[in-house]
Amino acid sequence: MSEQPPPRVRVTGPSRRPTRRTARPRRSQIDEETRLGEIYLRSLLREQLRLAGLALLVLAVGLGGLPLLFWLVPDLAATRVAGLPLAWLLIGVAAYPFLVGVGWWYVRAAERNEDDFTDLVETVDRP
Amino acid sequence: MTSSAVPGVVAVVLVTAATLGIGVWALRFSRTTSDFMVASRTVGPRLNASAIGGEYLSAASFLGIAGLVLVNGTEMFWYPVGWTAGYLVLLVLVAAPLRRSGAYTLSDFAEARLGSTRVRSLCTLIVVLIGWLYLLPQFQGAGITLQSTLGAPRWAGEVVVPVIVLLNVLAGGMRSITFVQAFQYWLKLTALLLPLMVLLLVWVGDGAPHPVDVVGSGQQPELWALPLAGSDAQGVYLTYSLIVATFLGTMGLPHVVVRFYTNPDGRAARRTTLAVLGLLGLFYLLPPVYGALGRIYADALVASGRSDVLVLELPRLMVPGLLGEVLTALVTAGAFAAFLSTSSGLAIAVAGVLGQDVTGRAFGRRLSGVAAFRAGCVVAVLVPCLLALSTPSVGVARAVGLAFAVAASTFCPLIVLGIWWRGLTARGALAGLVVGGAGSGIAVLWTLTTEPGTGWGSTLLEQPAAWSVPAAFLTMVVVSRATRSRVPADVHRFMVRLHTPEQVQLDRG
Repeated sequence: MSEQPPPRVRVTGPSRRPTRRTARPRRSQIDEETRLGEIYLRSLLREQLRLAGLALLVLAVGLGGLPLLFWLVPDLAATRVAGLPLAWLLIGVAAYPFLVGVGWWYVRAAERNEDDFTDLVETVDRP
Repeated sequence: MTSSAVPGVVAVVLVTAATLGIGVWALRFSRTTSDFMVASRTVGPRLNASAIGGEYLSAASFLGIAGLVLVNGTEMFWYPVGWTAGYLVLLVLVAAPLRRSGAYTLSDFAEARLGSTRVRSLCTLIVVLIGWLYLLPQFQGAGITLQSTLGAPRWAGEVVVPVIVLLNVLAGGMRSITFVQAFQYWLKLTALLLPLMVLLLVWVGDGAPHPVDVVGSGQQPELWALPLAGSDAQGVYLTYSLIVATFLGTMGLPHVVVRFYTNPDGRAARRTTLAVLGLLGLFYLLPPVYGALGRIYADALVASGRSDVLVLELPRLMVPGLLGEVLTALVTAGAFAAFLSTSSGLAIAVAGVLGQDVTGRAFGRRLSGVAAFRAGCVVAVLVPCLLALSTPSVGVARAVGLAFAVAASTFCPLIVLGIWWRGLTARGALAGLVVGGAGSGIAVLWTLTTEPGTGWGSTLLEQPAAWSVPAAFLTMVVVSRATRSRVPADVHRFMVRLHTPEQVQLDRG
């Protein structure tokens, strides 16, 4: 997280280096802390953070918006659906499947991000 | 003791026997320090999720929610919803990286990430304080439960539960506790679900009015079913501050965090958390229904200020005779399981940090791993037990809510920034922990020791999370930026460890 502008470097795939004798997977770039390895790691972090932010946004709007909604529109909370006030149905019942649904979606997407990362860094660039 | 107490006594004895029995049975698997502390990281997602659910559903969930709903209405639904949503926030921000960090306690995480023993010591102090604040209402809840169902004096429950917890944890540690707590989740669900089905049948058979239409004696009876109806900006603040505390506090609770180290890897940690979301959602559908039925059948509890025993009294009030006694015994068993499981989990978590950081160095020489853990366990349970005996009862759910506020104001910023932001420094973490801990801590002390007022100042202290959490985050970021030359050198390696899937072979430091 340094603030200086990064030194100018040429970003190239390892495969183009004529000096490399053995073919190695890209993950070795991460261990060697090269610029390229840094890019691989940052891409994973950015994807996972973006996904987490999206899930939290859905949570904040979907559940966090309810108190404000019921405060501003009291009649809405009093509306009866199947004998129960809408407020009860939304906060007391529907909230839980909603949370499980968002969680399920998140787990699938996060594992897919990790699989993509694994495919990316396990690729062996042949010279 | 009257004859009507017999089923209750049988229930308490059975739950205790089953708890100790499973603990002793599982002891066959507990041999090493690692077994005691993290079950050697071999627990599968399903068993682990049941154990987390069993550990998490405390007296506040089993007894407190129904009482709060009875008195204050549907606004109180935000307690159970927040306690569940906290796991979703934990899932998306923390679950897999925290498991991959390889640390056992929050103190371990802080030290591994920041390389500072001062941050570690402060974390240990906060873990112990949160643990005690959380244990206090568990023991007091046990006191009022035995008082209500068996007619025993209040101190009896406040002594019996700590003793059983100590016996169990000293014998088996984390490995046996995992089995015990998984059993206790299903016991608690059954103990709430079966009586509720009978009670709902009785309610339909009575032709009694709809709970929403009853004019009860709780606050604002006519507005019971309408959250925030007729409240001013202070009411909205309280609800949102509660949401902040519960959504963000779960990840900072010591007994929750310890559980994540028992997962085999990061993916298992995520799947476990998802299963926990389902189990909690299932359970939390039930307590509010008790609160609603209480408006029809148990309105007197509101006036006498004993709303915390609603779940225990309702079966007896609605169903006369033997069936009522049996149902009462069943909910008593569930409540007892709630005290035992949550208290055991907290005792293990607090004993873990005490064993590592305090007792490990006491007595002039280092104790061995297991001996230090056991010594820490005695301290972890004894202090809140004495507090429970010497202080007046605080509302169970509200006291637990305050523990969430402290956790959200201290560990949530530390964990979230530590996992997702490389710029965090030890000084930034220290400053943020002090600001968040002092702010929320003062608010908790004030709330526990004074009568609630009506002004904005009192409201802000009653639910501190909405201001103390942003203050802690801001302090950590600003101080870290000011000391950016002190960013740990090995932060790259640590980020690799936190975020990359285990199947990729990398140098994780």
